[in-house]
Amino acid sequence: METVYSYSFLILLLPALSFIVLALAGMKMSHKTAGLIGTTSLGLVTVFSYWTAFTYFTAPRLADGTLATIVPYNFTWLPLGNLHFDMGILLDPISVMMLIVISTVSLMVHIYSFGYMHGEKGFQRYYAFLSLFTMSMLGLVVATNIFQMYTFWELVGVSSYLRIGFYYPLKPAIAASKKAFIVTRFADMFFLIGILLFGYYTDSFSFSFAGDIQMGVGTTPFIEGNAAKAMAAGAFILPTALVLMFIGGAGKSAMFPLHIWLPDAMEGPTPVSALIHAATMVVAGVFQIARMFPLWIEYAQPQLSIVVWVGVFTAFYAAAVACAQSDIKRVLAFSTISQIAFMMVALGVSLPGEHAVLDNHAQLGFMAGMFHLFTHAMFKACLFLGAGCIIHAVHSNEMSMMGGLRKYMPITHITFLISCLAIAGIPPFSGFFSKDEILTACMHYSPICGWIMTGVAAMTAFYMFRLYYGIFWGTENKEAHEHHTPHEAPWTMTFPLIFLSAVTCLCGFLPFGHLVSASGQAYDIHLDWSVAATSIVIAVASICLATYIYKGESQPIADRLYKTFPKLHRAAYKRFYQDEIWQYVTHRIIFRCVSKPIAWFDRHVVDGTFNFLAWGANEAGESIRPWQSGDVRQYAVWFLTGTVALTLILLSI
Amino acid sequence: MVPVEYYFVLSALLFFIGVFGFITRRNLIAMLISVELVLNAVDINFAAFNRLLYPGSMEGMFMTLFAIGVCAAECAVAIAIIINVYRNFKSDTVDSIKNMKW
Repeated sequence: METVYSYSFLILLLPALSFIVLALAGMKMSHKTAGLIGTTSLGLVTVFSYWTAFTYFTAPRLADGTLATIVPYNFTWLPLGNLHFDMGILLDPISVMMLIVISTVSLMVHIYSFGYMHGEKGFQRYYAFLSLFTMSMLGLVVATNIFQMYTFWELVGVSSYLRIGFYYPLKPAIAASKKAFIVTRFADMFFLIGILLFGYYTDSFSFSFAGDIQMGVGTTPFIEGNAAKAMAAGAFILPTALVLMFIGGAGKSAMFPLHIWLPDAMEGPTPVSALIHAATMVVAGVFQIARMFPLWIEYAQPQLSIVVWVGVFTAFYAAAVACAQSDIKRVLAFSTISQIAFMMVALGVSLPGEHAVLDNHAQLGFMAGMFHLFTHAMFKACLFLGAGCIIHAVHSNEMSMMGGLRKYMPITHITFLISCLAIAGIPPFSGFFSKDEILTACMHYSPICGWIMTGVAAMTAFYMFRLYYGIFWGTENKEAHEHHTPHEAPWTMTFPLIFLSAVTCLCGFLPFGHLVSASGQAYDIHLDWSVAATSIVIAVASICLATYIYKGESQPIADRLYKTFPKLHRAAYKRFYQDEIWQYVTHRIIFRCVSKPIAWFDRHVVDGTFNFLAWGANEAGESIRPWQSGDVRQYAVWFLTGTVALTLILLSI
Repeated sequence: MVPVEYYFVLSALLFFIGVFGFITRRNLIAMLISVELVLNAVDINFAAFNRLLYPGSMEGMFMTLFAIGVCAAECAVAIAIIINVYRNFKSDTVDSIKNMKW
């Protein structure tokens, strides 16, 4: 059976090769060659990924109705006694789905970048980093064990750092890249601690539990041998480890309060924002939770509520901030944070029912989270790429420079509108289906959670349409546009938009429950029409409100609102002073009270000891140095004296 | 027949003259000559002791001849070095090459 997927190593190898070629020889190539190499390898990866998905999902199911978890490759990379670090490829429904998401979005970004990055300095470097990123992300999702996942997780972090700092002569880009790297590294520290705890107590890093979700049964097939360890692991270690891993995931997926890096990450080129900071990398945290999900269910059900409430709060916070931002990429960044929080919540609310088995409602959360990941990747990539076209046309990120662009950019306008409708949750676009499942699952979990999330969904619709009207309708900045007439982007940039919006229109009708579900068994999605109807009504109402406020040439209501609540608007615009709080905490508290004493100790005590040793050795050397005078006769005298002395001593004995 | 002690006295005198010359002279050639004196003192010792202690065997004599050969070779090398020192430092005194120390 494994031989069917023997080509799967190419999915990782091709982007790795293209990265090496482009990084080493890229500067000698023309822009076109470099771009073609990257795009061709990615095209092949996409073909292989689709073929893998097709083979995988059409393969006959196992006796219990689940799709088999397949490991085509796995070899021991680093044996360490009982433990061993492996590298390999693992195919199960979620990893195959992620292959599709990553390769599709990445391919679209590759094509798009031909137009967007045309003639830019560092074009080859850009494509090299795209390949590196794609390789690391693919490696992350097909990891056979948590250590491989961590390795690629860090690679993803590095490539994100490289991408954000792509325009390295610009100060904000450098600051943003450092911020992203440090914040995610800080979170990854917890992830690593979690991994080590997990590895130590279970004697395994492997994802051997993947696809083996027997909820409530309480089997621990992977804890063998040491009974004391197994007891400790089951009792409190595994929940702790899982929560620590969740902190790592929260860093990568920009959950509050570790979200601060994501808005700044918009300093990178826009296609990269689409690829990394909207569609693929930031869902790594969600993917991690999904991957560890069998363990969460078996050992850490109470702790799942942490995931839920962090998600709920983040979703609300990010949506509130997004309502007040004026930089279009910032709006999209906060909407990303909010939507990822939706996925987190969906995973968190996926609990087994009363009979300790996965009933439909419990399945729903997991399935909906994954489904939303899939649909969100498509329409958010489309939105970001659309934003890229707009920025390309007006040379600014600020909404004040836009307005009335629908006349100039019809294709961008239509695709952007489709994606906005999708994210707002209007049928028949894909976002409706996935978001509605999430809301249903939340309602079932707790009505409070459900209603908050419904409110956030309404806010989503509102700020997305505020953005839409601000860009394409509203007050046109005629002065700027006369100076430089906006124009539609070239086909390399519009084609990905059209493709992604087409996917957005259609993929809502995928029988997703048959492909990915918590227990692995096929599961039919039943729309809960009472929840669906509520969310549609609320979304439509929010859109109407946004239309009413922002569509016109002048916006009296918006202005009046600003004047009535200046403080609120200012706070939301400043992201509720989160950055300032972090600044305060890091600079005033951590740096001053912790780092400074440590630095003092290091400089004076540790350095002092070693400086003293070095000084002593130096002094000793200096003091015996004159003995070697270079005067041969002096040596002879010493030699003679020594010989005579030795002779006398020997004679006297 | 000359008593064997005379040889030892000559050898000791030569040895210490050589050592004294090596220590007090600055000229490289003079120092080389002093070293030769020391070596010759040792040669005399070898020959004399051989005669005194083992009159029937010849190992001491052979050693002396061998030492003379080595001495000649050493002399050639030393003079080559001295010539090079002279070329580089324009001087044949031992103080001139002090800066080759550490």
